[in-house]
Amino acid sequence: MGLIYTEEQKELLAMVREMAEIEIKPYVQEADEKGECPRELFKWGFDMGLHMLEIPEEYGGTGLSYETTAMIFEELAKVDAGYAITFVTTFVALRNVILAGTKEQGQYFADKIAPGGFAGFALTEPNSGSDPAAMRATAVLDGDEYILNGTKTFITNGALADVFVGFFKTDPAGGHRGISAFIVDADAPGVTVGAHENKMGLRLSNTTDLIFENVRVKASAMVGPEGSGFKLALNALNLSRAFVATMAVGIMQRALDEAVKYAKERKQFNTPIIKFQMVQQMLADMAIKIEASRCLVNNTMRLMDQGNLVQKEGSICKTFVSDCAQEVTSNAVQIFGGYGYSKEYPVEKLMRDCKVFQIFEGTNQIQRMTIAGVLEREYK
Amino acid sequence: MNIVVCIKQVPDTTEIKIDPVKNTLIRTGVPSIMNPFDKNALETGLQLKDQYGGKVTVISMGPPQAKAVLREALSMGADDAWLITDRAFGGSDTYATSYILSQAIGKLGPFDVILGGKQAIDGDTGQTAPSIAEHLDAVRLTYILDLQVDGDKVIARRQVEEGIEVIETVLPVLCTATKESNKPRYGTVKRKIASLKAEIPEITLADLVGADQSKMGLKGSPTKVKATFTPQRTASGVNIEGNNPGEMAGSLISKLADAKIL
Amino acid sequence: MGFETCKDVWVFIECFQGQPKSVGLELLGQGRKLADSLKQDLCAVVIGKEVEAAIKASGDYGADKVYVVKGDEYENYSADAYGHVFLELCKKYDPNTILVGATVNGRDMGSKIAVSLRTGLTADCTALSVEEESGNVVWERPAFGGNLYAQILCSETRPQMGTCRPGAFKKPEVNPDNHPEVIWVDIHTPAAMIRTRVIDFITACADNDIRLDEAEVIVSGGRGMRGPENFAVLKELADVLGGTVGCSRAAVDSGWMPQTRQVGQTGSTVSPKVYFACGISGAVQHVAGMSESGTIIAINKDETAPIFEVADYCMVGDLFEIVPALVKELKARQQG
Repeated sequence: MGLIYTEEQKELLAMVREMAEIEIKPYVQEADEKGECPRELFKWGFDMGLHMLEIPEEYGGTGLSYETTAMIFEELAKVDAGYAITFVTTFVALRNVILAGTKEQGQYFADKIAPGGFAGFALTEPNSGSDPAAMRATAVLDGDEYILNGTKTFITNGALADVFVGFFKTDPAGGHRGISAFIVDADAPGVTVGAHENKMGLRLSNTTDLIFENVRVKASAMVGPEGSGFKLALNALNLSRAFVATMAVGIMQRALDEAVKYAKERKQFNTPIIKFQMVQQMLADMAIKIEASRCLVNNTMRLMDQGNLVQKEGSICKTFVSDCAQEVTSNAVQIFGGYGYSKEYPVEKLMRDCKVFQIFEGTNQIQRMTIAGVLEREYK
Repeated sequence: MNIVVCIKQVPDTTEIKIDPVKNTLIRTGVPSIMNPFDKNALETGLQLKDQYGGKVTVISMGPPQAKAVLREALSMGADDAWLITDRAFGGSDTYATSYILSQAIGKLGPFDVILGGKQAIDGDTGQTAPSIAEHLDAVRLTYILDLQVDGDKVIARRQVEEGIEVIETVLPVLCTATKESNKPRYGTVKRKIASLKAEIPEITLADLVGADQSKMGLKGSPTKVKATFTPQRTASGVNIEGNNPGEMAGSLISKLADAKIL
Repeated sequence: MGFETCKDVWVFIECFQGQPKSVGLELLGQGRKLADSLKQDLCAVVIGKEVEAAIKASGDYGADKVYVVKGDEYENYSADAYGHVFLELCKKYDPNTILVGATVNGRDMGSKIAVSLRTGLTADCTALSVEEESGNVVWERPAFGGNLYAQILCSETRPQMGTCRPGAFKKPEVNPDNHPEVIWVDIHTPAAMIRTRVIDFITACADNDIRLDEAEVIVSGGRGMRGPENFAVLKELADVLGGTVGCSRAAVDSGWMPQTRQVGQTGSTVSPKVYFACGISGAVQHVAGMSESGTIIAINKDETAPIFEVADYCMVGDLFEIVPALVKELKARQQG
C-alpha cells in the first residue's frame, strides 16, 4: 500500500483489525440479512475508544489526528462499513458541537458520548435533501425555551442515539439563513423514532425517521448564533465527507482482497482465472483506483489536520472515491461470476454497501457543482 | 490489592512449520506473541483490580524484544511493567527461571496475588509459575477459573480432571490461569499509544541484591537438554475404498471386526 | 556419578476419592523398566485417607515395595500436605527416581517437590529410557506444541523427577501373585501447615458423559464440522460404540464445543482404544494429544490432510455421509 505508516499507526491498526475480525466479522452476514446490528456488538468499539478518537483530550477523547483516525476507520470498514459509520456519525456530531458551540455545550455532548453513547445528525427531511433550505421543521421561541416541530428522515443512528444535533427553522421565511442548530436529547418528551429504513446496503447502520412533536429545549441548547445552522451543517459535512471516503476505501480493499483470493483458487479451463488477461485487467484497475483513493483520502486528512476547511478537497475526495468504489465492487462481483451474485459469498454485499456513498453527505452531483463553484471563485 | 502477573513472549507455535528436508523447526517469519495463557492470567489480574481496586504489575524474563508483550499488557490496562533481563539468566530451565522471577517479585513486592498462565506454548512444561510459589513459599492454586477475595480470605474455583474444586485459603496466593478462566480484553487506543511511548525499566542481576547466582542460568539448571528432534510422521494407514459411503462404512467395520478392534 | 546411596524408582499412585487413578498404574509399568535397567527396586507411594485400594493395585501392577502414608489430612490433595509427605519420605529413603502422573495435581505436586529438593523435574514425558553408563533417565517430551521433541537429563542432582503424560504408557499386565513389601510410614502434617481447604466439589459432565481421559472410544470433530449442531451426528456414532465426543481446538475457538472436550496440546491428552478424527486436519498440536490412541480412523474430504499421516485407517470423503453410514452399519450388525 502506498501510505507510509508510523509504528504507532501500524500497532493501532493491528489491534483494531484483530478485534474486528474476531468479534464483529462473524456476525456481519446475519446482521446484514436482518438489517440490524446487535447493540452489544458496538461495545467492542466503545471499549477500544473508537467513538472519540479524534476528539480533543479535554473532552475525554484521544486527540488522534484525522489522518490516523481515517486509517483506523478504513480498517474497520473492511469488516463492515455500516458498523464503522455508526461511530463516525457519532463523533462527527460531537466534533461539530465542539467547533461551533460553547465549551459547556461541547462538554455536555461529550459527556453523553464518552461512556458509550451514540449521536445523530438530524438535518434531512422528506422534502429537503440536496436543498436543506427547503426544510420545514421549525423552532419557535417561547420564553426561554424553543418548541421544536418537524419530521426528519434518513437519520443515521436514529434509534440508537442518546443525543442529536437537530436543524430547525427559527425563521421559516429566511431561506438557509433561517436555520438554527440545537442539541436535543433523544429522551426529551416529544421525540419519537419513526420508521426504520429498509436499505439496500450499510444495513448494519441504523437509519430511521425522527419525529419532533412540541419538543421543548432550553434556549441555551442552540448551537452557535441564531441563523448559523446552515453554515454549521455545511462545515459538518465538509469534515464527514472526506471521512466517509475512507470507509469506501475499506470496502474497496475488502473487495480486492476477496477477488484476488478467489481468482487464484478458482480454475476454469484447468487454469486459475487470475491468469486470464481480462481478469488481470479488472484486478489491476481495481488496485489502481484503491491506491489513488487511499492516497487522496490521506492527503485530505492531512489538510484537515492543519485546520484547512477542505471545501473543495473534501468534495473532490468523496466524489472520486465513491465513484471508484462503484466500479471496484461491481468488478469484484464480476470476477466471482455466478457466485458473486449469491449471498453466500461476501462481494455482493460490498456492491450494495457502496452505492450510498455517491448519494449521502451531499450527492456527487452537488459535489461537482461545489467544486465548479470554488474553481470559479479561485480563478480571478 | 497488589497484583503481579508473569508473562512470556513466545513464538506462535500454531504457525510453526517443520523443514521437511532438514527436519528442524522453521522459526523465521513466525510471529512472537504473548503466551495465550499468560493473557488469561493478566485478564484475571485486571478483573481483580476492577473489582477490588489496586495495581497490576507485569514482569517478563526475556531478551529486549520481550518488551513488546509488556507493552501489550500495558495497553490492556496493566499499570507497571518490568523486563527481567541479563546474560546471566540465559539457558535457565524452569527451576532457574522460577527462581529469578521469584527474586524479582520479592524485590518489587509485596504482592497479594501472583498470577501466571498454566503453561507456555513453547516449553509446554507448566512448571514455572507453580515453582515460583515454592521459592516464595506462597500458597499455590493451579488451574484457577476465578477467585473471590474477602479481606484476607480467598475462595477459588480450580479445574481438575474430575470436575471443579472450590478451595478456601488466605492471601497471598499464586494462581495459574487457563483458557476457561476468562476471555482477555482488548487494549484501548489511548492505552496502546501510551504503551508504545512508555519506558520499560529493566531489572538485571545487579538489581537482585542477595540473590543466589548459583541458582541461575545454565549452571543453575538441574535439567539439561540432551537432544532434540522433530517427530517423524509416515503415512502407513490403510485406505478405505468404496463406491459410496455405505460401502466404505461396511469395509471399515469389517476390517475393524477382523482385527478385533470392535 | 556419586549417587550410590540413592536407590529405587518411585511411582506416585495418585488417587481420587480413595481409588487409584490409571496414570499411576501406567507408570508402574514404565517404572519397572527403569528399575530393571538401574537394577533397583520399584516402589509405589500411596498417600491418602483411604489407601487399601491403592496398595492392592500397586501390588497387582508390579511394585516391589509400597510406602504408605495414611491420614485424615490427606483425604483431598493439597500441595502443602502431599508436598510435606514427599519431602519427609525423600529425606528418609533417598530415592533415585520419581515418576508422577502429569495430571493437574501431579504437576502441581511435582514442581513443589523439585524446587524444595532443588532437583530437576521434566514435564509431560511421553517416553523414558536409561543411559547405561550414567544411570541418568532420559526424559523424552514434546515442546513447541508437539512440533519438537526433547530429551532431557537431570545429571547433577537426585532424585531425578518427571511428570508423565496420562495415557502415554499402557498399563502393565496384572499379576495377582505379586506381594510387595508394604511399609507404613508415620508422617503427619499439622493443620497449621496446610493452607488450603477444599470446601466443595462439583463433578464434571452434568450430563453423565464419559470423560475424555476415561473413554475407550472417542469420536472427535474439527473445523470440518461447520457448526455446533452437527456434532449430534458424532454423538450418534459415539453412543453406538459406547464412547464419547471430543473436538479439536478449531471447534473450541469457534465456540462450537467447550474446552473440556478439546483434545490436543492445550486440551486433554487421550489414548483410547479407538479414535475417530472427523473433519480434523491433523495439526501437530491436535495430534500431540491423541497420537498414542490404539487405532486412529480419519475421515476428511481433503486427501492431503496431515491427519492421514497418523491414521491407521483413512477415509477420504464427506463425513456427513460417512458417519451416518457407519452408524447405520453398526446398528445393523448389532441387531443381526
